[in-house]
Amino acid sequence: MTDDGVLLRTVGLKKHFPVRKGVFGRVSGHLQAVDGVDLEIAQGETLGLVGESGCGKSTLGRVVLRLLEPTAGEVWFDGTELTRLSARQLKPYRRDMQIVFQDSVGSLDPRMRVREIVAEGLEIHGVASKDEREARVLDTLERVGLSRDVAGRYPHQFSGGQRQRIGLARALALQPRFVVADEPVSALDVSIQSQVLNLLVELKREFDLTYLFVAHDLAVVGYISDRIAVMYLGKVVELAPAQELFARPLHPYTMALLSANPEPIPGRKRQRIVLTGDVPSPIDPPSGCRFRTRCPIAQPICAEQEPPLADHGQGHRAACHFPGTEIAVTSSAA
Amino acid sequence: MADNTPLLRVTGLRTYFYTLDGVLRAVDGVDLTIGHGAAVGLVGESGSGKSVTALSLLRLVDSPGRIEPGSVIELEGRDLSALTEAELEQVRGKEISMIFQEPMTSLNPVFTVGDQIAEAVRLHEGLGAKDAWAKAVEMLRLVGIPSAERRVHDYPHQMSGGMRQRVMIAMALSCNPKLLIADEPTTALDVTVQAQILELMKELRERLGMSILLITHDLGVIAEMVDEVAVMYAGRIVERGPVADVFANPQHPYTEALLRSIPVVGMTYAQPLRAIRGMVPSPLEWPPGCRFAPRCDYAFAKCATEDPHLLPAGDQESACWLSEQGWRPTATIEVAT
Ligand SMILES: Nc1ncnc2c1ncn2[C@@H]1O[C@H](COP(=O)(O)OP(=O)(O)OP(=O)(O)O)[C@@H](O)[C@H]1O
Ligand SMILES: Nc1ncnc2c1ncn2[C@@H]1O[C@H](COP(=O)(O)OP(=O)(O)OP(=O)(O)O)[C@@H](O)[C@H]1O
Ligand SMILES: [Mg+2]
Ligand SMILES: [Mg+2]
Repeated sequence: MTDDGVLLRTVGLKKHFPVRKGVFGRVSGHLQAVDGVDLEIAQGETLGLVGESGCGKSTLGRVVLRLLEPTAGEVWFDGTELTRLSARQLKPYRRDMQIVFQDSVGSLDPRMRVREIVAEGLEIHGVASKDEREARVLDTLERVGLSRDVAGRYPHQFSGGQRQRIGLARALALQPRFVVADEPVSALDVSIQSQVLNLLVELKREFDLTYLFVAHDLAVVGYISDRIAVMYLGKVVELAPAQELFARPLHPYTMALLSANPEPIPGRKRQRIVLTGDVPSPIDPPSGCRFRTRCPIAQPICAEQEPPLADHGQGHRAACHFPGTEIAVTSSAA
Repeated sequence: MADNTPLLRVTGLRTYFYTLDGVLRAVDGVDLTIGHGAAVGLVGESGSGKSVTALSLLRLVDSPGRIEPGSVIELEGRDLSALTEAELEQVRGKEISMIFQEPMTSLNPVFTVGDQIAEAVRLHEGLGAKDAWAKAVEMLRLVGIPSAERRVHDYPHQMSGGMRQRVMIAMALSCNPKLLIADEPTTALDVTVQAQILELMKELRERLGMSILLITHDLGVIAEMVDEVAVMYAGRIVERGPVADVFANPQHPYTEALLRSIPVVGMTYAQPLRAIRGMVPSPLEWPPGCRFAPRCDYAFAKCATEDPHLLPAGDQESACWLSEQGWRPTATIEVAT
């Protein structure tokens, strides 16, 4: 860990995907999936990442782990800059940084037994002897709430929640320090989701884990996160401690997102901001502030100047020319 | 119409799938009533039988599935099982229509959205080509698609997910159905787009006075959209009642546990979630007695052997032996008044 307690830091991180000829035979451009992200995650902290489909959450998670090569920018892990390391130099860091995917079905090889799936990373990294590996596998399975005797079974023999536990066991067997959890509970039933969330929290306490937790369910992200970053079209537009973000959102996009989140409380008067229009294309994002085309309070300056992610005290940052402006609600029906 | 005949009455609906692994009892005794103009929600875990129930109402269950004898589905008192396939075609779309979770699978990719809506109206309303086309434009406008007269020429892939879902709604409403079944209509959408679609559905329901059966696993969406809710577990409805009552004081232990297990805004990880232990049972082999008993904190001896049916509990009904003692306060969440 570095002196300031920061385990992971990204500086100006970008990932652009080249776009070849489209359906209309247009010339190629670049899809700006992640476009200049500066984030810090402290040791033992959970940073939640929310935003609409396609805004770049998964891409950011993958670039941070260098599962995708960044187009520009830096990733610092425990004081080392990762983006310029060779594959060999990177290998020891791979052990410390793991990922859990949403699609636990697709990410587990159906021909491998649970034992082999969980042991794979240990083998790649040459951790321990064969016997010690087996012991580690069985231990890890127990830690994630699966019994030891599942080790000989195949992924399809498990329910969604159990498969998600196998995915977790695979990530945790190497005793990583940092885990990207990309929608780890989105595919699960409500009644199973809470089991897995509790488990993630327990594991964090036990191993002092640091999470980048990606999800689109605001209540889930709010529950598990210490701080939350809100992304829109490849950029972080707001960053704040979790409770602070819910209590005092500053960016109009965050306000809209929070107000659109349906809560299971019948009869509550909803003050809802309904955004018009669709998310613009990340291939040709709007000039200035990227949210301006859907923003209810946009002004001419928003098309001209991109607002920086400015500090508003208490660790609260927002990228808006008019932060905290009250927005007229579209509907207040119950 | 007769004053106290409900729009839809379902009694003892059972839909089984005859698979190689055995008989899969997906829907296993569902009773459901939907009044004229009512909005009813159907919630439950994945695999509890919500979609199969919906398909059964339209008699759209294909082999190896079968609606079992003794299942009764009445639309304004008419028994749908007595209808011929041609008569059923008239019911579908015209009296009951349905929108699905994934609009891409139900929209035909090789026709423009205008063609598809116009085709539906021609079929059911007997309109000529020109009037049908005008109706298609009007419907797109109704569901809030900007420059409808231009977008009517679009193919589905040229539209965003939110717009495609609007097209689906336009198509479903084009023949003024009495009942709209919406099966997870917003699950594939982002929250801000979901908000648009939910507002639209509310507005159209008021304007057109139709009934809605809204299927979702999102309790937040249910709280916002419906008056009455039915909770499914393991092929059955285990609880039903006015949504405010069910959410404030759930009577069935499954509903109670479900409401307690979800994080709500404001909760932090300092406080563990109250998870429901165990797993959803398999429809190939439902547990004997109460199907929730193996996961239930209240279960007693009788629950393991005797299968409870829906019992009245205040304004609610609950398929739980606890309800023999009448309504019980559970106070899961605070309800704003
Ligand atoms: N390998 C790739 N090649 C080209 N474009 C890509 C690739 N991966 C992602 N994209 C694009 O980058 C953008 C960001 O995608 P990403 O998967 O990071 O979004 P996300 O925020 O995780 O969305 P979701 O909530 O749907 O998972 C999208 O427009 C996506 O289509
Ligand atoms: N065509 C089919 N053949 C065999 N089994 C089926 C078929 N369709 C559904 N089932 C089974 O019937 C049960 C109920 O499925 P259904 O789709 O109604 O669940 P659901 O409550 O809608 O779940 P979800 O929330 O995941 O949509 C499941 O066990 C499912 O596997
Ligand atoms: Mg993603
Ligand atoms: Mg379904």
